[in-house]
Amino acid sequence: MMLYNKKVLEHFRHPHNFGKMKNPDAIGKAGNLVCGDVMYLYLKIGKNKENEEIIKDVKFETLGCAAAIATSSVITDLIKNKKLNEVFDFGSQKIVKELGGLPPQKIHCSLLATEALKEAIYDYFKRRKRKIPEKLKKEHKRILRQQRILERRYHKK
Amino acid sequence: MRRKKIYLDFAATTPVDPRVLRVMAPYFSQKYGNSASLHSLGQEARMKLEDCREKIAKMISAETSEIIFTSSATESNNLALKGIAFANKDKGRHILISSIEHESVLQAGEWLKKEGFEVEELKVDSYGLVDLDDLKRKIKKETILVSVIFVNNEIGTKQDIEKIGKICRKKGVFFHTDAVQAFGKIPIDVKKMNIDLLSASSHKIYGPKGAAFLYCKKGIKIIPLLHGGGQEFGLRSSTVNLPSIVGFGKAAEICQREMKKETERIEKLRNFFVKEILSQIKGVHLNGHPEKRVPHIVNFWLEGIEGESLVLRLDLEGICVSTGSACSSFSLEPSYVLLALGLKPWQAHGSLRFSFGRLTKKEDLIFTVKTLKKIVEDLRRISPFKLEK
Repeated sequence: MMLYNKKVLEHFRHPHNFGKMKNPDAIGKAGNLVCGDVMYLYLKIGKNKENEEIIKDVKFETLGCAAAIATSSVITDLIKNKKLNEVFDFGSQKIVKELGGLPPQKIHCSLLATEALKEAIYDYFKRRKRKIPEKLKKEHKRILRQQRILERRYHKK
Repeated sequence: MRRKKIYLDFAATTPVDPRVLRVMAPYFSQKYGNSASLHSLGQEARMKLEDCREKIAKMISAETSEIIFTSSATESNNLALKGIAFANKDKGRHILISSIEHESVLQAGEWLKKEGFEVEELKVDSYGLVDLDDLKRKIKKETILVSVIFVNNEIGTKQDIEKIGKICRKKGVFFHTDAVQAFGKIPIDVKKMNIDLLSASSHKIYGPKGAAFLYCKKGIKIIPLLHGGGQEFGLRSSTVNLPSIVGFGKAAEICQREMKKETERIEKLRNFFVKEILSQIKGVHLNGHPEKRVPHIVNFWLEGIEGESLVLRLDLEGICVSTGSACSSFSLEPSYVLLALGLKPWQAHGSLRFSFGRLTKKEDLIFTVKTLKKIVEDLRRISPFKLEK
């Protein structure tokens, strides 16, 4: 197997933290059936001793290629028990690095996981009726716009 | 834990048959003559070349002077489309191709469009069959060529070639068929089927890579892509790749001799495999035509799963297959063949092709069904889209 490295394949074959979560505090959905990659990220938010919000539990469900499944799995490892404000700016480079690299044509798959995370945090703020940071709002809008473009492209076909 | 490989991708390529390899061997460093040379080594090569040409011509009821050896089916398809287009542009500039042609026909068509030709697509139904009424309607005064793939490489649907040929002949339009998945697998008679041009390749029939041919009916105006020493009746200049052509000839001969028996054997295996898959795995659908198909290719789509992950998981268990998923292609687009059949993008993403051949045994298929079942269950547990109970 030449396309993916050992670590990617390991996460792909035995993904961590997959499955639906009962009563999550937030859900982030990313991807699109038209492209073939869809990810749902579920968060349970708790507090640490310092009374800061942390990601107490995380689960994912992903339909997608090996890169999509591996990046989904690895992001759950990376954000679990982390403070919420620490994972805000979570970039896809971190995931790719953690996996020891992805083939160039598969780098874009790692965006699926970071977008799902951003959407989940957005959803959490919205559910708690808290003020949503501008950056997150902008990201949310961009993700939705992208979805619409894809769907339009499909319906044109 | 890894067992021997189970290769179920014979439509992609085949291993060279040992009997083929044996007859090829002397042509590398003993009988290495150039078939264009006058001396005895050259003439020996020339005779062998003509011998192969005759063997292949006979197989499709053509004449020897109608077989042009090329390096690949892609080259044959390019020669057919571009060669006919430019040689006959005074008659017209309109070309019809089906929407499920191989890329080498589609892309040659795209290029011809830029050169001022009008290339129009023929519709196919949900099984991948060309709509004959659509064909009749679309042939016009300016039409010079129709190209329809004999057997589609992704879904295995077999066209009604004889009927298409008849329509073209009646309307005075040249008819080309890409027969890569048909040649050596099903009987072909270019005369009876009214075929004017036909492409076929060696490496799909247990011959070596690097050899193919284009059949071009006598008297048809065609111009070459390659200019030079005038080999292959002036239609394909290049020093002849004799070792590969010798292998191609032998491979074709074996296929011809064993065709009936092998077809029956593969058909039985295919029927068993399809029955097992459909009965043991939920949410699986067969693509292509239920009857008008070749036995060696089957294509399914599986609900709630993406094809690349299926292919990779199967590969980790030693099983080699292919998919029409976007993730597995260079273009990151799902299979245009499956989309042309009316499948939704997510159905094409979840497609899986199995193709059988000489090495395929029943026990391999039993193992494949069992393994696939487990992998499908695994991936569906990860997927957000569950099967409806």
